[in-house]
Amino acid sequence: MIVLAIDTSNQPLSLAVLKDGTVMGEKLINIKRNHSLQAMSEVEALLASLDVEPASLKRIVVAKGPGSYTGVRIGVTLAKTLAWSLKIPIVGVSSLLSLAWPGKYFDGVVVPLMNARRGNVYTGLYEYRDGWQTLEEDRNVAMSDWLVHLAEREDRVFFTGADVDVFWEEIQSVLGKRAYRVSEEEAYPSAVMMAKHAEGLPDEDAHGFVPNYIRLAEAEANWLKEQEKKNG
Amino acid sequence: MGIETSCDETAASVVRNGTEIISNVVASQIESHKRFGGVVPEIASRHHVEQMTIVVEEALEQADVTMDDIDAIAVTEGPGLVGALIIGVNAAKAIAFAHQKPLIGVHHIAGHIYANRLIEEMKFPLLSLVVSGGHTELVLMKEHGSFEVIGETRDDAAGEAYDKVARTLGLPYPGGPHIDKLAQEGTPSVKLPRAWLEEGSYDFSFSGLKSAVINTLHNAEQRGEEIDVKDLAASFQESVVEVLTEKTKRAVEEYGVKQLLLAGGVAANKGLRTRLTEMFGEREDLELVIPPLSLCTDNAAMIAAAGAVMYEQGKRSTLTMNANPGLML
Ligand SMILES: [Zn+2]
Repeated sequence: MIVLAIDTSNQPLSLAVLKDGTVMGEKLINIKRNHSLQAMSEVEALLASLDVEPASLKRIVVAKGPGSYTGVRIGVTLAKTLAWSLKIPIVGVSSLLSLAWPGKYFDGVVVPLMNARRGNVYTGLYEYRDGWQTLEEDRNVAMSDWLVHLAEREDRVFFTGADVDVFWEEIQSVLGKRAYRVSEEEAYPSAVMMAKHAEGLPDEDAHGFVPNYIRLAEAEANWLKEQEKKNG
Repeated sequence: MGIETSCDETAASVVRNGTEIISNVVASQIESHKRFGGVVPEIASRHHVEQMTIVVEEALEQADVTMDDIDAIAVTEGPGLVGALIIGVNAAKAIAFAHQKPLIGVHHIAGHIYANRLIEEMKFPLLSLVVSGGHTELVLMKEHGSFEVIGETRDDAAGEAYDKVARTLGLPYPGGPHIDKLAQEGTPSVKLPRAWLEEGSYDFSFSGLKSAVINTLHNAEQRGEEIDVKDLAASFQESVVEVLTEKTKRAVEEYGVKQLLLAGGVAANKGLRTRLTEMFGEREDLELVIPPLSLCTDNAAMIAAAGAVMYEQGKRSTLTMNANPGLML
């Protein structure tokens, strides 16, 4: 069974092709380049280099968010349209979990971070114990609140993702020596890890598959607020 | 197969030989955007992702064909909302790759013009008056696939002016049809400007007219006068229609065209249709083609129709095609 995994929710593009659970090939592009331009053609190039025909794909795994709205949509649109076209299942994996892989052998909990601007982050709480476990669901939260919350736990905390840089001082000031960070060369998403993790997840239907934005669109959030005001 | 997602319609269509519609599916988001008083790009993009594969599947089902019967995938490459275009472009790329079919990027306005070919075979040279929410252009075509923009708007598109004036008049979004309806009931008794621009220019400008309407309303308010909204709507529409049709007429004469095509969402405007029919409907040296309403507003059949001609001409896009919000015709 050949599986294609795609992550376009961060600046890096991460692709992987696995056959019966073994990595056939993977690709990471970690420079600033438009996913809408490159993602499909890089999938084509990777599959061609592995001699895999599109029709041989049996499952598509995709990072479903959170992350850059546009970035996530590009991956999800490609994945669901490929899945629908090839009549194969699609499986969504958290974009945050895709960043968690360097924490696999860490003795403690893993916290992937994505900068969501204005002091907010997309984050979640994970742990590797017989596979990846979600301790706390992905969320959009003020970094200061999240750190207070993490400080209540006793664990050592491993922070992953390229955006750790932005918050490292703040993290240290709250968690002190309990905080660890991913090294620079491992601060990128891993489609391989997503594909492995997805082996234990149920198939989803392509038509109904949508990104997990976590946040409402700004216009919608404002509109809802106004409705509440109107209704007292 | 055509795919279109440049604004707030998710659309897919199957067209035979670029001239015959087999299916034409449009999922409109207008109800969702109404509460915001206009199209919100982020919301539009979210709806496109939800609808994309459903709409394409429906287009195949209604056409009673499979992907094996499809020769090429044509998709709107631009212009439009970038976040919206991206969904159609990437979906089209995925379909083209999965089924190993040729991919063709189409200019949205070329699509609007080619909507006419689904009604009537094109006769060159032809002139197309393109009026929509984002465009007001006079396009001269000497042969298939060749577009010469001889006039365009320097500020607001006609449809944009309609929407803004409608908002000032307190009409719901989208405003165009409401103004059109009011205008039918009123008389053009309010003096409003016409922007002819320099002598011989085929360009348009509607922002001055829009401001004049807003000023007329404000002044009347300040003086405590009642203004008849129907008459104001009729006067605004009269000014737009007169400039559009007079410039079109001059271009028709100068270029000696055989066909005049109306294209774009504002082509649904009754005032404009009626005037064009009065001016050109009876002429023997010129054929006037006005597509039905369903082909004037955004749809994917028009993208397939334009794509079919490009396919015949051997034009192909690669999988590195990107959405291009500022694409030139
Ligand atoms: Zn249009």
